[in-house]
Amino acid sequence: MPEITRDEVARLAGLARIQLGDAELDRLAPELTKILDAVATVSQALEGAGEVQPMSHPTPLRNVFRADELRPTLSPEQALAGAPASEGQRFLVPRILGEE
Amino acid sequence: MPGPELTDHSAAELSQALAAGETTSAEVTRAHLDRIASLDGELHAFLHVDAPGALAAAEDVDRRRAAGEPLGALAGVPVAVKDLLCTVGQPTTCGSRILEGWVPPYDATVVARLRAAGLPILGKTNLDEFAMGSSTEHSAYGPSRNPWDTARTPGGSGGGSAAAVAARLAPVAIGTDTGGSIRQPGALTGTVGVKPTYGGVSRYGIVAMASSLDQAGPVTRTVLDAALLHEVIGGHDPMDSTSIDAPPPPVVEAARRGDVTGLRIGVVKELGGEGFQAGVRARFEEAVGLLTEAGAQVVEVSCPSFAQALATYYLVMPSEVSSNLARFDAMRYGLRAFPDGVELPSAEQVMAATRDAGFGDEVKRRIILGTYALSSGYYDAYYGSAQQVRSLVARDFDRAFEQADVLVSPTAPTTAFRMGEKLDDPLAMYLQDVATIPANLAGVPGLSLPAGLAEDGLPVGFQLLAPLQADDRLYNAAAALERLLLDRWGGPLTPPLVGQVDSLVGPVGTPEVRA
Repeated sequence: MPEITRDEVARLAGLARIQLGDAELDRLAPELTKILDAVATVSQALEGAGEVQPMSHPTPLRNVFRADELRPTLSPEQALAGAPASEGQRFLVPRILGEE
Repeated sequence: MPGPELTDHSAAELSQALAAGETTSAEVTRAHLDRIASLDGELHAFLHVDAPGALAAAEDVDRRRAAGEPLGALAGVPVAVKDLLCTVGQPTTCGSRILEGWVPPYDATVVARLRAAGLPILGKTNLDEFAMGSSTEHSAYGPSRNPWDTARTPGGSGGGSAAAVAARLAPVAIGTDTGGSIRQPGALTGTVGVKPTYGGVSRYGIVAMASSLDQAGPVTRTVLDAALLHEVIGGHDPMDSTSIDAPPPPVVEAARRGDVTGLRIGVVKELGGEGFQAGVRARFEEAVGLLTEAGAQVVEVSCPSFAQALATYYLVMPSEVSSNLARFDAMRYGLRAFPDGVELPSAEQVMAATRDAGFGDEVKRRIILGTYALSSGYYDAYYGSAQQVRSLVARDFDRAFEQADVLVSPTAPTTAFRMGEKLDDPLAMYLQDVATIPANLAGVPGLSLPAGLAEDGLPVGFQLLAPLQADDRLYNAAAALERLLLDRWGGPLTPPLVGQVDSLVGPVGTPEVRA
């Protein structure tokens, strides 16, 4: 039976950029293990099915290009209207480089 | 216009009355806004009501009609929109704290088409956070309640749209369906819900949950209303690269036809029986019997891979969720929260603190499950296998549609369940969508319509499924069944709340829960 340990949940939360608290980690590990146990049966459907192509999408995908012509876009004011912080015509963000 | 209340009429009836000059859009819109004011304190179907915007749009349509301008069939009929679709001038929260108060700078294509067709937008309806759930209990702003019994959920994720339409707060609404979020609430509230063929309705401007599964569609009280709304919102959109570039299926004509003579109806063996409530099975079998009497041929079909459809969905969907929701990074829009006790936090730390504070439990569960299923070492066993089984599900549909023109099943395994009943058991909640999920995996269209009341007095949903781009077959068969059922009942199913407006008028925000 597959298991997602508390440490693994913490690692996955780090990858997903969610800072989970101790109580959430305690709760999520057994919950996710239970869900994973239920979905791990998925490969049973493949037994005896032979070669099966993976399907990522219901319809055939092909790239779509729009005409290369000018058209209206959002103004800087519109684009910045929902920003948590902005300065001039720019998004104001926390530091993105290391401290030194 | 004739009839007891403007809000009792279907969209098709309102449309005729508007065209005949028997009422005005302003009058119809005001009637619905009044009803929202008196009942939504208890139901909480809406997260935002835009009375001035709706009335201005209504008056504009009335002016254009008076000037003799040619207008579409639903011009002047008000609509409610699930709060997952971007709307200029109205907040779009997706039921999440992370987007609290956010007002989008552009309209979703569906919303733009509603506006262009002259439908006043009453407001934005409640949903499980980012459409993840089957009860609306995962909304960060509190659950919606079922007009049939306010101690029960209206289903989800689109419980707000379904409750609004069932309780006559809106004649029609828009929902989205990733694994059943239009059809299951339809079943639980006694309304009609349609998930069109994948690519039949543009996804542009709809906040993405699982991009290969998401599809917007109509939430209504009649099959014809659903077809009329489907026609307004459907069709090719160059802004969505998965939008089907072909003429949309003739859904309105099919809904007006409603003839099942000679139609081959396939009962899906795997979508029923054990695990389905007795009253749900009984109403389903009676409906199949009515279709047979009306001249349809009923065959049993088997889709063996559907047994793993739920498992497949709970790998594919969280994987796509984990990728799609990465956009909520606290930088360009939405919430920005800072970690406790960190001086000069980095962007990454702010992002992690924001996503912890802004996302609810179910969203976190799915993001982490998806991150796991996509991580190296597990990818082949989980996401890879799930994508292969998805092919098998599509193949089973292809084979079944060789034997039958439409497939049928109960929409949901149970009637409306009590608030809180499944909240602490994610797997029990996930089972609500066991019969609706296969259609999303394969992209085929599905429709749910009310089939009567179960032994508990609550509505039961009947699901129809059709091949890709044959949405018209759903409307044809559903219209026939609807007519047969209405004849038998002597009128539409009406939730008890609808007749109780006077007794329920009270201060908004102090819902009174009936036992």
